[in-house]
Amino acid sequence: MLVLPGEEIPSQGLKPGPGTYRVGGKVYASVLGLLSPRPPTVRVIPLSGRYIPKAGDVVLGTVTDVQGTFWLLDIGAPRWAPLHMTGTPWDVEVGETEKYLRVGDAVVVQVESLDATGRIGVTMQGEGLGKLEGGTIVRVAPARVGRVVGRNGSMIQTIVRHTGAKVTVGQNGRIWIDGNPEAIERVAAALRMIDEEGIRSGLTERVESYLTRSGPSSDRGPAVAPRESADRDAPPAPNDSDGERSESREEWE
Amino acid sequence: MGNVGATEVPVLLSPEGLRIDGRRLDELRPIRIEAGALHQADGSAFVEWGANKVMAAVYGPREVHPRHLQQNNKAVIQCKYNMAAFSVDERKRPGLDRRSQEISKVIAEAFESVVFAEEFPRTSIDIYIEVLQANAGTRCAGLVAASVALADAGIPMVDLLPAVAVGKIAGKIALDLKKEEDNFGEADLPMALVPQSGRLVLLQMEGHMTPDELAASLDLGVRGCREIYEKMKAALRERYAATVPSGGTP
Amino acid sequence: MSEEVTAEILMTHILDLAAEGKRMDGRGPDEYRAVSVEPGFVATADGSALARVGNTTVLAGIKLEPGKPFPDTPNAGVLTTNAELIPLSSPTFEPGPPQPGAIEVSRVVDRAIRAADTLDLTRLVVTPGEKTWVCYVDMHVLDHAGNLIDAASLAALTALSHATVPAKRFEVGDADYPLEVQHYPVECTFVRLGDTIVVDPTFEEEQAAQGRLTVATDENGRIVAMQKGLVGAFSPDDVKEVVRRALVHGDRLRAIAKGGPR
Repeated sequence: MLVLPGEEIPSQGLKPGPGTYRVGGKVYASVLGLLSPRPPTVRVIPLSGRYIPKAGDVVLGTVTDVQGTFWLLDIGAPRWAPLHMTGTPWDVEVGETEKYLRVGDAVVVQVESLDATGRIGVTMQGEGLGKLEGGTIVRVAPARVGRVVGRNGSMIQTIVRHTGAKVTVGQNGRIWIDGNPEAIERVAAALRMIDEEGIRSGLTERVESYLTRSGPSSDRGPAVAPRESADRDAPPAPNDSDGERSESREEWE
Repeated sequence: MGNVGATEVPVLLSPEGLRIDGRRLDELRPIRIEAGALHQADGSAFVEWGANKVMAAVYGPREVHPRHLQQNNKAVIQCKYNMAAFSVDERKRPGLDRRSQEISKVIAEAFESVVFAEEFPRTSIDIYIEVLQANAGTRCAGLVAASVALADAGIPMVDLLPAVAVGKIAGKIALDLKKEEDNFGEADLPMALVPQSGRLVLLQMEGHMTPDELAASLDLGVRGCREIYEKMKAALRERYAATVPSGGTP
Repeated sequence: MSEEVTAEILMTHILDLAAEGKRMDGRGPDEYRAVSVEPGFVATADGSALARVGNTTVLAGIKLEPGKPFPDTPNAGVLTTNAELIPLSSPTFEPGPPQPGAIEVSRVVDRAIRAADTLDLTRLVVTPGEKTWVCYVDMHVLDHAGNLIDAASLAALTALSHATVPAKRFEVGDADYPLEVQHYPVECTFVRLGDTIVVDPTFEEEQAAQGRLTVATDENGRIVAMQKGLVGAFSPDDVKEVVRRALVHGDRLRAIAKGGPR
């Protein structure tokens, strides 16, 4: 159910969670989004806006500034995220940060910590994290990431299987695609479909139908699907975001 | 207000109690609100309200520029209300004048009263309001557009912020003055309401009113705000209906 | 505001695609985005138009007011062009006085309008040396998705060609009358992406561009203004090629600017 800021929510004794607030015993929505009661709390999953980081999220970022011991990354969040030189797979000397990453470089990092000042701690140590070379980056609304991934990764696996492209989906709505130019183009087009279409059932089928029509890989059959990229890149599946689940649920009906 | 040098005062209220555009005293001008009218902004809205045309965009929460405005415990809310040179009869010189700066300040403060700014320390929420065509009531139209844009940008807040001006024409309290009424009217009282709490977070007044008239004006304004509130919600529902699972029960 | 740093790999990808004659949005190198104009968007202006080029939106408004001619041109009216790249339109624009980018847009548009003799400025004069119409062209960028110059030029030309001289309001004459437009200059902008020169660049293509070239042409096939911008270079042969393409696009853009009810 779509709720708007200021609308009273039937809380049924549930505690106000994210996206809600309580005044005088009543619970109201504070953001535009989907109502999601999850005992013991009720929350509202935002349908729009900037990416709000959560610890554990894998995100794509662009280097916007280089300092002596860290880089600042634009991950589409309210604040730039500092990546400290010790949070990399490299043995970086103080003052030599620019040798490793420069302004404009794209990276995959994981959100480690969030503190009360809004500071976003990220790391580049971990499987699938690092500097991105080649390929391209497209963006979808952060609220649409759940649909790009699909139920248990079904959507992204469909896309990878049909195109043979390598795809890394950041929870912040930035998506890296690598492969031959034609594959990249088809993945980008499929992602545009997902980003722009309203929620109706059967989106996976429509995307699949587009991919089948649009490319040569349908002739080659699904054998080209690079398994490891499908595994690595579909982010930790349900990722406990209710919005994504409820969307996927709809998808499924 | 007070159009100095104006000679001929038009008949603002007919014997039947109708205004120059045929409205009753408690009637709003037609309002059309489009949520998400722009592509680059994090949130946006276009409002046509009578002969006003106003665009609003929201960027953020994002890094604060200039940095010294950063606040350690909350987002700073910055507003720029600006009138296009061609938005008024006499061409307005581009750039911020004192009127625009004052309006920007009271609008920013109105939103500070409802936005949960403490969720985004050390960031900025930037609100831009561009008046493209003006016909009295632009600060209220701008506020309504900005409020819808903030919701479109996913900013957490207590409530949407409907706004309207009440005035006095031919000795009567009237809702939502248009330009001629504003020019020749006797008072102007713009306000913005938090429907959830019933409180006003923007209130200005210019002209002459008795305490009784002021009381009646506040009541009329609150009723007008509640009417506008419904239109704001409808605009946002229209924009987001397609992205929500249909018939999904909580 | 440096917030929006375009990823290097995105720019490389744009260049790689261009080498194959392709673009991110599926267009060919000589394909323009969808263009539309909406004259009369602003009732308080003496002429106005909202121009859209893809997701780029520019609103132009014309204001005519009586004023004094410049002392050195007592027999010519005054034309003033101004562009506002307001922060509403892009995360990259900051509030404050006009930035060099805004000044460039207004000057390039102004040059085409002036050089093409779009308006017969002598006809704006009411009393030589004393009183003339001052024509203000104000361009307001609302949504910046690349190629501001073309969008601004289309908005300005459409607004001018649908404008009215408010003679009655200012008691200069008995009745208002249409502002006469004698020529229809339109700008057409290209950027170099490697060895490929593409028309009507998006914001990202402008970030990746190795030079930008704008050519304004009129309905008689005259070239009336040019501007090379951004870092990069064009050979004389490149320029000739761009001019040839600009003439073709110009005719189509002109038809769009002229269309619509007066």
